[in-house]
Amino acid sequence: MTTTLYTSDHEWLSIDGDVATVGITDYAQQQLGDVVFVELPKVGRALKKAEAAAVVESVKAASDVYAPISGEVLETNEALAAEPALVNSDAQGKAWFFKIKIADKSELGGLMDEAAYKAHTA
Amino acid sequence: MLAHDQDSLKRTPLYDLHVSLGGKMVPFAGYDMPVQYPAGVLKEHLHTRTKAGLFDVSHMGQLALRPKSGKVEDAARALERLVPQDIVAIAAGRQRYAQFTNEDGGILDDLMVANFGDHLFLVVNAACKAADEAHLRANLSDACIIDALADRALIALQGPKAEAALAKFCAEAPAMTFMDAGPHEVASIKCFVSRSGYTGEDGFEISVPSGDAERLAKLLLENPDVLPIGLGARDSLRLEAGLCLYGHDIDTTTTPVEAALEWSVQKSRRTGGARAGGFPGAAKILAHFDGGASRRRVGLRAEGRAPVREGAVLFADAAGGEAIGKVTSGGFGPSLSAPVAMGYVPVSLAALGTKLFAEVRGQRLPLAVAAMPFVKNTYKR
Repeated sequence: MTTTLYTSDHEWLSIDGDVATVGITDYAQQQLGDVVFVELPKVGRALKKAEAAAVVESVKAASDVYAPISGEVLETNEALAAEPALVNSDAQGKAWFFKIKIADKSELGGLMDEAAYKAHTA
Repeated sequence: MLAHDQDSLKRTPLYDLHVSLGGKMVPFAGYDMPVQYPAGVLKEHLHTRTKAGLFDVSHMGQLALRPKSGKVEDAARALERLVPQDIVAIAAGRQRYAQFTNEDGGILDDLMVANFGDHLFLVVNAACKAADEAHLRANLSDACIIDALADRALIALQGPKAEAALAKFCAEAPAMTFMDAGPHEVASIKCFVSRSGYTGEDGFEISVPSGDAERLAKLLLENPDVLPIGLGARDSLRLEAGLCLYGHDIDTTTTPVEAALEWSVQKSRRTGGARAGGFPGAAKILAHFDGGASRRRVGLRAEGRAPVREGAVLFADAAGGEAIGKVTSGGFGPSLSAPVAMGYVPVSLAALGTKLFAEVRGQRLPLAVAAMPFVKNTYKR
């Protein structure tokens, strides 16, 4: 049973037990435009909530992706290096960025559910 | 950016059209301009290289220099006081790239100068147009009447299908060659048409009275080969073409020689030429021609996929050492599907193939000095 939560910075987290899969939302990819490069954190890195964890670049500009919660990076999506455009075609599916081991479940409390996120981007 | 307040932003005559086409409007040089349309920067860029793109560049300044004597050579001689180019040699119906220089040999603005037979027609950058007009009035009013043509829009039509798209409305267009320029009727509207642009592609720039601009743009956009293109793709196209963006790749601190624009300074204005010197900063610029400059604008290609952007600091080594220069323009080149950049480096590190490093997010990424243009231009010579 997974739950999907959202941040006000347009990241999504799919929570499965103590592991969260993180990516950027479909709304975010639309705002960015064509993604041409994604830089992912190193596996094993201990991320602190709100620190820059990844970078997503369009033709025009580079944007930081922030760690939505604290935790250790368990795995990154290597497919994005070869095909950054996946972020545009399947932002909330195949284009996940990284998986982290949730350090503090209480941090999830500040995140939005789908309805709240929809209202946030409306 | 001069203005952030939406209310204080100026609009071009094509503003309503941009909005109706879904343009994403952003502040640029005091104007509310489309950075992209729904197709997006990548598709707009590639469409311009394969078909044709229509760009609103009405924010740029258009000026007429009318000789008080009635002889266009007198306006040309007067303008030569402000630019290191041979303006006298521009034949009627032709256009040339030029720069206004300052007393330090730096560049105040870059511009296009066309000879329309009885006067000169100038196109200058949006952000500099007020200063350029004042500069012209202060220095050339003895010889010229300076007319700021504020009631004209400027539309660029660029790409391999531009000629066919324009020919439908302007029978003379196909016979024009690169840098031909003059008055022509387009769809029975009295326009100024030049075969030039800022993309590296064949194409045209059309100066049209403001009141007719939307009608003309709509006529050109009826052609399925022609898509509207925003400032985002305009920037990636000019970067791949190796063309300078004023305020970034050239400014008041770069001489034309440092900027690798020697080709734009004719022999007649250099040491030993018939009208050598006589422009602001001539001593420094001619010294750079004769003895070389210490730094130079070069093209840069990254080994990896990460775009190296404006402001990235350049190093000669993978670790340690002093900064040797800076990236002045950089991003992703959609036609190359790879990062491209330009920047200034010491001449000792400017040779093609020289390995350098750019610091991006704390890492030094390998680059090599590369020939420009990055994408072969397709001008109709």
